Amino acid sequence: MELTGTALHGGSATGRLFVLQKPVSFWGGVDPLKGTIADPRHPQYGEPLAGRILVMQRTIGSSSSSAIMLELLRNGVSPAGIVLGRPDAILMLGVLVAEELGHPTVPVVQVDEAGIGRLAHAEGLRATITNGVVAVERSASSRQGSA
Amino acid sequence: MTPTQLSSHDAAMLAGDSGPATRLAMRIVVRMGDILGARELVEITSSHIDGCLYHGDGGVEFAERLVDLDAKVAVPATLNVGALDLLNPARVRGGDHRREMALRQMRAYQALGCTPTWTCAPYQAGHRPAPGEHVAWGESNAVCFANSVLGARTNRYGDFMDICCAIAGRAPRTGLHMDDNRRATVVVDTSAIDPGLKRRDVFYPVLGTWLGATVDDRVAAITGLRGNVTEDQLKAMGAAAASSGAVGLFHVVGVTPEAPDLETALGGTAPQTVIELAPQGLRGARDTLSTSTADSIDAVAVGSPHFSLTEFDLLEALLPSTRFSVPFYVCTGRSEYRQLEQAGRLGRFDNAGIEIVVDTCVVVTPILPPQDGVLMTNSGKFAHYTPSNTGYGVVYGSLEDCVRSATSGRVVRDEGLWS
Repeated sequence: MELTGTALHGGSATGRLFVLQKPVSFWGGVDPLKGTIADPRHPQYGEPLAGRILVMQRTIGSSSSSAIMLELLRNGVSPAGIVLGRPDAILMLGVLVAEELGHPTVPVVQVDEAGIGRLAHAEGLRATITNGVVAVERSASSRQGSA
Repeated sequence: MTPTQLSSHDAAMLAGDSGPATRLAMRIVVRMGDILGARELVEITSSHIDGCLYHGDGGVEFAERLVDLDAKVAVPATLNVGALDLLNPARVRGGDHRREMALRQMRAYQALGCTPTWTCAPYQAGHRPAPGEHVAWGESNAVCFANSVLGARTNRYGDFMDICCAIAGRAPRTGLHMDDNRRATVVVDTSAIDPGLKRRDVFYPVLGTWLGATVDDRVAAITGLRGNVTEDQLKAMGAAAASSGAVGLFHVVGVTPEAPDLETALGGTAPQTVIELAPQGLRGARDTLSTSTADSIDAVAVGSPHFSLTEFDLLEALLPSTRFSVPFYVCTGRSEYRQLEQAGRLGRFDNAGIEIVVDTCVVVTPILPPQDGVLMTNSGKFAHYTPSNTGYGVVYGSLEDCVRSATSGRVVRDEGLWS
């Protein structure tokens, strides 16, 4: 499967798809030091974002989520790449400020909501982001276990 | 992406004609404009800055970079809570590194020319833009209040964007800055809800929680509340709605400035969705605000958003003659605190064992005793964020419930309101 979206932030990355089952506020919902989901009410509580391709419509909740995005990048525990259904100003700010401060950044791609729906069926598969294109490896054997 | 069109003045700022700090701020404002599809920038008249709360060293690094570049805000800017109670520094726990960095971050924002209000309710501290003014505010509850209750125009500006807009004096003209996007697309009819419940403060955080979870970032017009609603209730409702969803603007028909009637709130167009709020839906939202089923509590916290003087009046009238048996925190701004102090009212709260937390709050910084405890609150926002930010379980109840529970240490809730 290949989806062509808009590169909100350039770059390339490879990782396993991690599809959010429920929206999350990065502030209060993601641990900035560990890069894991920290809201005990979230169905994916404890799951790591670090190194994965995070797939979600967009974030919810606190406008401080941009600060958490910056911390994730600074602390090296950020998702390897992010695929959004809608442009997310709050998340993108964290990425832009990290870039201004000279920290490594990750690609952010906006696909449409239908695209997020298609990716929802590819949870755990390996995917590569290049210039706004999300390429998902077709092989079922690439599917990771429960992790 | 179509690039945002810049005026010659905008372009000069982006090129560095107003110095390197303005250039950096404009670079971020324009990039965000491109991402959001803004056709142009809009001049803003004020800002409320949420970036002064310590979340990690990156935020300090960014603020100090701006200070090093000699940045100054171009418009009046108030500051949101920091991670320290500057009037009572010992109240906040945490290692030396965290305290030092939190203080550096707060000082850096002051050096940028921001007013040290240190409150999430700047609208209670005199910062009240007029209807129709374009502003750039951060802090999700303050954004919701500025748009919904004051009729000013702001998007939900995250940390860093708020200060960049304030330095540039510009924001991307998009989202809630535009007439079309301020019209309600969802109508919420509350006529099936008991009028007695609608008069109670405890109703509004629950309505907000339900609203955020239901409409997410869509603009709703709520009917059936006319004449019932106070400013503190709207504040509490917006804070809850901006926690459970991405609500930046709601209209209460007959109450808020852009909704004198339903037709105006809808901008003369038909709503996409009409929802009749049912009592069971409301009870469901109320249930999500509590994570603990224990029958005892370890602490009470109120004041998210920061307690107003009117709320202090309500609390004072409820105070028992004996001291509370568990810690009872009231979070407020220094503006309210000083007024209580000047009126000689602090002693009454102190005698009841109340700890007044200023400049910050118990959910954004470590103040609660470290334990696997249960916190009771009347705030939808505290209820939402307490478990993940503090490790405490949470019980939601009215202010009256909180006072009665803090007196006995046992959970006391008036269930009759919800039956």
